[in-house]
Amino acid sequence: MNRSAGFPMKSRITSRAIAAALIFFAGYAALFIAPDEATMHQIQRIFYFHLGCWMAMFTALSIALVANISWLVTRKPKWDWLGVSAVEVGVVSCTAGLATGVLWGKPAWGIWWTWDARLTTAFILWLLYISYLLLRGLIEEPQRRATLSAVFGIFAFLDAPLVYASNRLWRTQHPAPVIFGGPDAGLNPTMGKVLVICIAAMLFVAILALVDRYRLERLRHEFDELRVAADARDSGSPSALIASSAKDSI
Amino acid sequence: MTTARAAAILLAKELRLEFRTRELLNATIVFALIVVVLFSFAFDPTAGESRRYGPGLLWIAFLFAGSLMLHPSFGREQANQTLDALRMAPVSPFAILLGKMLANLLFLLVAEVILVPVFAVLYNVSLAGIVGRLILVFVLGTLGLVVTGTVFSAIAAHARMRELLLPLLLLPILAPLLIAAVEATASLFAEQPALDRAWLAFLAGFDIVFLTASWLLCDFLLEE
Repeated sequence: MNRSAGFPMKSRITSRAIAAALIFFAGYAALFIAPDEATMHQIQRIFYFHLGCWMAMFTALSIALVANISWLVTRKPKWDWLGVSAVEVGVVSCTAGLATGVLWGKPAWGIWWTWDARLTTAFILWLLYISYLLLRGLIEEPQRRATLSAVFGIFAFLDAPLVYASNRLWRTQHPAPVIFGGPDAGLNPTMGKVLVICIAAMLFVAILALVDRYRLERLRHEFDELRVAADARDSGSPSALIASSAKDSI
Repeated sequence: MTTARAAAILLAKELRLEFRTRELLNATIVFALIVVVLFSFAFDPTAGESRRYGPGLLWIAFLFAGSLMLHPSFGREQANQTLDALRMAPVSPFAILLGKMLANLLFLLVAEVILVPVFAVLYNVSLAGIVGRLILVFVLGTLGLVVTGTVFSAIAAHARMRELLLPLLLLPILAPLLIAAVEATASLFAEQPALDRAWLAFLAGFDIVFLTASWLLCDFLLEE
């Protein structure tokens, strides 16, 4: 059996080279090509990555939802691996989005943080998916872990629009949608192009991380299976008994 | 046997179990009372301030109490593997879940009926003329709490550190419920009490979303 099937070494190197080039070009475009913003000037350039982080998070968490539902329906282990990988990538993107938002908020609004609808939603989502990862760590049995965390993942996803709606009703400070926000809204064409490049770069990196994480999860699963098989084969032979009793005494 | 009938039998079983000792109910009430009392030491609120912060304090106390008292709902079944026996019974998994949800709803509502008047005395909030509307808000808010809480109790029952895990799973998901319940209660505690229909509708929406989700997912939740 080919252990690295589906993702050979050569394409892994190529994909990393593409990711590095994309991120480098996106950074260059955001810092030097994009025009100066009228009110916030240089500070606004963080926006290209800030939005990229959120796009990556939404993509990853949507993939996680699909994986959670698919696991419950099909019970194929690959959906469980995809689910946990997507949530991890989503949590990392969310952390990066929150960090860039805080960095941007201080110079733009004069405060690091405010309990606005979108900020609060992002923060609660972050907490919920951290809980998802904690939950997985605390259930031993693989089948049960997959099923129960899938149920929790679906509940967490359902909560996101409710958190947003409740905070929207309550109070909000984050700017109204600029890009798709009605007749007066709009983006300078160059800014739009830079934004597309940055989002593409962040998404590419997120997908790459997801694929890698998925491979790791699959290898772990295969390792566990091999270990169980080896234990079963060795049990009964004197050397295995000595080895297992030595392991017990540690 | 219909789901409703099975759920009613299971509800009776939960109530019988609890009212033999009343330990869960007593502990919940005392715990929530302690939170209410400690709050007054921590913030020393004036009459106006307690009208403003009171609803938040009450709901935080009930959320914390709920996140602790809901754990035994399924955790208690672990000791003698009685959940396996329940699953073997010819009833739908949703009936098991529903029976436990109704029992938990009843326990928390009893705790609230005792604690809200105590709170009103301690914080000088008048309940005259708002009791009916207050009950509506508390029933809808508590229903959302026990629906998610009972489901997560079933999840946490299979994990290590389950007593600590349940609040971790439950409290963030209840953030929108907390906002809606606190705002709805605050509009009733105001100088001119009024029922905030938008928040009430939001609470009902929260209940419906998660009740539907637990109905759809209960097979997976309770499978062996």
